[in-house]
Amino acid sequence: MHIKKIIAGISLVSLLLLGGCSSNKTGKSATVKHVGVLQVVQHPSLDEAYKGFKEGLKDGGYVEGKNLKIDYQNAQNSQDNLKSMSDKLVNEKSDLVLGIATPAAQSLANTTQNIPIVVTAVTDLKAAKLVNSNEKPGKNVTGTTDMVSIDKQIKLLLSIVPKAKTIGIMYNAGEANSKIQADLAIAALKKAGVKVIVKTANTTNDVQQVTETLADKVQGIYVPTDNTFASAASLIGKVVKEKKIPLVAGATEQVKNGGLASIGIDYESLGRQTGKMAAKILSGKAKPQDMPVEKATNLKLVVNKKMAKALGIDPKSIKAPK
Amino acid sequence: MMNTFWDLFLSATSQGLLWSLMAIGVYLTFRILDLADMTAEGSFPLGGAITTMCLINGVNPILATLAAFGGGMVAGLVTGILNTKLKIPALLAGIVTMTGLYSITSRVMLNAANVSLLGKATIFTMAQNLGLSHNNAVIVTGLIISLLVIGLLVIFFRTEIGLAMRATGDNPEMSAANGIKTQNMKIWGYMISNGCIALSGALLAQNNGFADLNSGVGTLVVGLASIIIAEVLIRNLAIGGRMLTLVIGAIVYRLILALVFQMNVEPSDAKLASALVLIVCLALPNFKLSRKNKGENKNVSSTEN
Repeated sequence: MHIKKIIAGISLVSLLLLGGCSSNKTGKSATVKHVGVLQVVQHPSLDEAYKGFKEGLKDGGYVEGKNLKIDYQNAQNSQDNLKSMSDKLVNEKSDLVLGIATPAAQSLANTTQNIPIVVTAVTDLKAAKLVNSNEKPGKNVTGTTDMVSIDKQIKLLLSIVPKAKTIGIMYNAGEANSKIQADLAIAALKKAGVKVIVKTANTTNDVQQVTETLADKVQGIYVPTDNTFASAASLIGKVVKEKKIPLVAGATEQVKNGGLASIGIDYESLGRQTGKMAAKILSGKAKPQDMPVEKATNLKLVVNKKMAKALGIDPKSIKAPK
Repeated sequence: MMNTFWDLFLSATSQGLLWSLMAIGVYLTFRILDLADMTAEGSFPLGGAITTMCLINGVNPILATLAAFGGGMVAGLVTGILNTKLKIPALLAGIVTMTGLYSITSRVMLNAANVSLLGKATIFTMAQNLGLSHNNAVIVTGLIISLLVIGLLVIFFRTEIGLAMRATGDNPEMSAANGIKTQNMKIWGYMISNGCIALSGALLAQNNGFADLNSGVGTLVVGLASIIIAEVLIRNLAIGGRMLTLVIGAIVYRLILALVFQMNVEPSDAKLASALVLIVCLALPNFKLSRKNKGENKNVSSTEN
């Protein structure tokens, strides 16, 4: 008979359930707001955005442990978990949920049409069908986009290498955000009359080869805000330093670890902006339907002085384009 | 709490039903043909991509979902040919196909990494239009599709070709000696298996509201875990009953995962928690729960021919 086996299985589940009970205090008081957070993967930029989000809520008068309870879920890059986690956050009757990066935002938007959703670190909310338009979302979703001004990035790169005939672009074709940015960069470079070579890698394991191949063929390299390439920043830095190729990246963290310059987004302050938007929604001052999607207010020029010296460029000569 | 558990249970059931097709697909190669097939992690996102692209171009949701099955079968055909005709070992053949499929799936999605389905008609909204709530629509549709697939497979495995396929998995030499074209049997097995897996990907993309190029990561483990849980809960079943328990296995696995998330484990420890759950499930047969149980895990065989 399998009875004992089934009993064992059931007792296993109930053990887990007891564990679930003890940590799960229902019974909401009106003064404490419940905020659910769903993040796709642990990643420096996304972690910064979450940190900033909590700061922004604090700015808006919501402090964790006082009048705010946060349930943070991270899918650890297993997308099969996104739906379960979204269901959990929605079933807990959260007052508001935050989606960090595109798949998390989409999963939440697909799970609830009522609970207000704010998103951050999503490049194009309209393309991801999260909002009807960036000016007037019209649904229960709003937030901040991490779209940087690609034109500015390209101008910055061309101001460093004005004589360049060919510029290389590299990114992970598996990241929706990178693809959007790379296409814009290609258009901007073609407009400036420069030839473009594009190379893609799907994992950090392929980054070194791609960078080496590209560096031999171009006079400058542009990398959009790409998680895979940002993770391999120091490796890329070694290659471009050796081959004396200036690299401009969309992500400021990447420049700190191995690029030359960036005029980019500070994810913590982007998260902070998102947190302030969330606080407005929680306090009933605004509805996501009517809140325009916000762009980063803090664009900052970051120059890696060590890299500049290694390439024989005066760091002071690198200026933010108008 | 009871209410929360009920919600949790419904959520796990609705997703488990969709994941059960992944489990059935993996079961066909892993247990019936006795092959480890990594193609799964490539055919899963391929199915999602095919269906999503069909849906945003206004194809009928049922046809769009069936198209994914076809795409998965082609992926299985490739692995099958690599494995049988080109004599590439099964594990490598699957990895090669999975690697190549990444680009194919990217092409299918017109080089995008993520295509959204929010607000589009899907196979589930069709059911919702009949007056069901979203979760119930997923449960009813998932139940219909998984029972339909199981029914068809049970009929298939009673036909001459189906029996020949099972024989090929059980004893390839003996089967070949008896005139079974074992290579062709394996190819068919790969095709049906990956068809089911792509179907699972298609349904989950519709349930999640988007197709994503990276959604295949870790899906094979979901399939394997469902199989193991099913075999641990109820051992030694005939093929039809076994496939029905795979559905239960998939639901139980989703339920366990949901409970792990419920415990608010540190995010970086979540994978470890999932691994521990799997270890417990795998090790259960070793705790002498019944006197019949003297073997090791490898004896947890599922078919009685």
